[in-house]
Amino acid sequence: MYEHDVIVVGAGGAGLRAAIAAHEAGADVAMVSKLHPVRSHTGAAEGGINAALQEGDDWELHAYDTMKGSDYLGDAPAVETLAQDAPEETINLEHWGMPFSREDDGRVSQRPFGGLSYPRTTYAGAETGHHLLHTMYEQVVKRGIQVYDEWYVMDLATTDEPDPNDRECHGVVAYDVQSGKIEGFKASGGVVLATGGPGQAFDHTTNAVSCTGDGHAMAYRAGAPLEDMEFIQFHPTSLPSTGVLISEGVRGEGGILYNSEGERFMFEHGYANNSGELASRDVVARAELTEVNEGRGVDDEYVHLDMRHLGEERIMDRLENILHLAEDFEGVDGLVEPMPVKPGQHYAMGGIEVDENGESCVNGLYAAGECACVSVHGGNRLGGNALPELIVFGKRAGRHAAGDDLGEPEIRTGYGDDVEDETDTELPVAPGEAGLETSGSVAADGGVTADAEGILERTVESARERVDHLMEKDDGVQHAEIRAKLQKAMTDYVNVFRTEEGVKKALKVIRECRQEYQDVYVDDPSRTFNTDLQQTIETRNLIDVAETIALGALVRNEFRGAHWRQENQIRDDENWLKHTLISWDDGEPSIFYRPVILEGENKTYEPKERSY
Amino acid sequence: MSTQQAEPESQEAPEDPEMKGAESPQERRLDDKDDGMVDDHAEKEAELEGETVLIKVFRYDPEVEGKQEPRFDDFHVPFEKGMTVLDAVMYARDEYDSSLTFRHSCRQAVCGSDAFFVNGRQRLGCKTQISDLEQPVRIEPLPHQEVVKDLVVDMDHFYDQMHTVEPYFQDDDTPATDDLEEQRQSPENREKIKMSSRCIWCGACMSSCNIAAGDNEYLGPAAINKAYKFAMDDREGEQIKEHRLRILEQEHGVWRCQTQFSCTEVCPKDIPLTEHIQELKREAVKKNLKFW
Repeated sequence: MYEHDVIVVGAGGAGLRAAIAAHEAGADVAMVSKLHPVRSHTGAAEGGINAALQEGDDWELHAYDTMKGSDYLGDAPAVETLAQDAPEETINLEHWGMPFSREDDGRVSQRPFGGLSYPRTTYAGAETGHHLLHTMYEQVVKRGIQVYDEWYVMDLATTDEPDPNDRECHGVVAYDVQSGKIEGFKASGGVVLATGGPGQAFDHTTNAVSCTGDGHAMAYRAGAPLEDMEFIQFHPTSLPSTGVLISEGVRGEGGILYNSEGERFMFEHGYANNSGELASRDVVARAELTEVNEGRGVDDEYVHLDMRHLGEERIMDRLENILHLAEDFEGVDGLVEPMPVKPGQHYAMGGIEVDENGESCVNGLYAAGECACVSVHGGNRLGGNALPELIVFGKRAGRHAAGDDLGEPEIRTGYGDDVEDETDTELPVAPGEAGLETSGSVAADGGVTADAEGILERTVESARERVDHLMEKDDGVQHAEIRAKLQKAMTDYVNVFRTEEGVKKALKVIRECRQEYQDVYVDDPSRTFNTDLQQTIETRNLIDVAETIALGALVRNEFRGAHWRQENQIRDDENWLKHTLISWDDGEPSIFYRPVILEGENKTYEPKERSY
Repeated sequence: MSTQQAEPESQEAPEDPEMKGAESPQERRLDDKDDGMVDDHAEKEAELEGETVLIKVFRYDPEVEGKQEPRFDDFHVPFEKGMTVLDAVMYARDEYDSSLTFRHSCRQAVCGSDAFFVNGRQRLGCKTQISDLEQPVRIEPLPHQEVVKDLVVDMDHFYDQMHTVEPYFQDDDTPATDDLEEQRQSPENREKIKMSSRCIWCGACMSSCNIAAGDNEYLGPAAINKAYKFAMDDREGEQIKEHRLRILEQEHGVWRCQTQFSCTEVCPKDIPLTEHIQELKREAVKKNLKFW
């Protein structure tokens, strides 16, 4: 058994920042990650970091844009914390040596991004995430922070009180991918989940294959609710063949979208008469698909993104990486022809419910980054707001887990007297039928509350048994088959446009996948670097996460942000200014709601129509 | 840990199926599908009637009998326009042999985990188009690295060398600045370090370097390039620059490079590695540092 004060699971932007912060707060911190830190998906972020750095801009404008962009589903205390802390954190990165793009006077450059009232996106070419990831990993190396790389965390070691608010997380169980050895990691201070997004629940995604929602699923099974999971962002510009991301920076610099008839449809078809291509992502994604559905798509599939008019010099300076991506993955030279693009799954606005300090309702269990929902992005994340989220809330989670007092949070978590319980609501598909019984179990199942070590040992034991079972089983179904089926159903029915009937179909397929998963087996008999085993465990996590996405999409019968419902195409502020929470109780998902907090430090954000 | 090495010299795989003494994993899987899964089999056969690509993939597992002796397995994969080497091995794994093992994650040439030795050259699987390669496509682990299993190599030595050069910003000599004030850096200076900052730690350069292959202590092109990024950044002071150059001009540092350009040739991010190494040699000479 390994022991540390703070265990950070995942080593992308949020995890690295959390580890550095916990280390600076004096904790003995270790990172456990299924990838080596520099392989994390943060490296694929392209656009930039929103921070009010310049005169003429201020954090309140940033907070306002973010609240508006969220379609008033962001919690003001979280949004304001993001906007207030982002400048300091961005400058901090610069002091750590991050190679930001520069103005002639040597200051960092900022550029316009969708939904922003001021050009406040700080960037490093079109490879901001790569530099952010490497800069922070360098700081982890500098501080000598322990990294267990290529260790796959399978489960959390948590006590089993009936109310998740009374539970305590004591550590994690992980297996060494290289040797197959399964071990416990005890955390006396806290566990910070920073495991990234669940993009692999969809088959056309900008996300890495490692983005399998592991943290989401583990926290969910430990009792922390998942919040606003129906809000999945579809990025308007991904390459059609692979899902590779083409940065919003292209539109920020002046890139233009055309349909097959050569029309600049964002204006000509009235989707966003003021902002055009720089309307927020949900608006642009729907506009593109509408063009395709109405027969004005190229090859009935995509639209064109043109940046030729920006000129070679500007492209090479600010968007060079985009030229390489278009060339390598689509065979298109962006200097001489427009690039094909279509919407692709990109980001999960929802995630593990946490407060401004990164803590979930389970004591000692924290989450930060894409796997968490504080919530700052609400119904729709503005481009350039994911990276400041990583550093602002990664840092807070790390500090708090290390014992720093960050004050009483305003955001509440877990089931409590401030929630709206709607167990009476008749769901078209009863959650019980969704059958979560194959989801694995909370660590301390069996009604015994033991000491931290006992709980950890028991969790290790059950993980070993589970792996033995998967390895010893001789035949059955392979995870790849189930995963492909799940991804297809999510893409077919829980995509940019959603209908009640479609979402129900998706839920049905998810249930089938869950059923088939009972018969899953691992063909590779080796304990050495068994990716078959790892992906089999990941697939179970994807099933859990996909189910919460679909359930959320089913119950939220309105149109808000990225969540569009054919039956009800208006935002329903009277009934839906609230977060969807799905928790796992007694082996089935249970749904409740918590009102959104619109009261900020100095003002209340009044919901307005989002026009661009 | 086995010390099995994938030497490019010994890459002659038994071409004769007789010699393998067993059918390929793909044939095995298709045979299995015969049992009660006729439709699926027919579907697969139909798929394979179209254009296919033959990939020969290096296999080795220290634990599994029958895989302890390195060998090549053949897979016929349906070809699609735009298909990459990574797509092909993923197809082979998901459809025919789930034990086929390789690292991969982002699929867009930035995580650096899928560098393989493809048709005799280090390349990133995800950005190498099958249509650019001669068939059969031979896919092996990076040479001169220990093979853990199949295409997975042990990267520890590579990481160790990267860490040797103190790969983190050290700004002790720069003037103190306000908390909310960035350090200034000219666009020209940023441009100077730009290429070096693109390294994704894939290990292709190290694997292609003859010197690194013969001298385990040689810092290698990736680590030297990492040091270049800091040494050439004006935001670090002169004193730390000299400290960095002293690390680089040690016996197994920049002077080991014999300008063979193999690192530069294989770098998937087009970093002028050899040029960076030469520039650091010149800097060391200018500063009258001892050299070997």
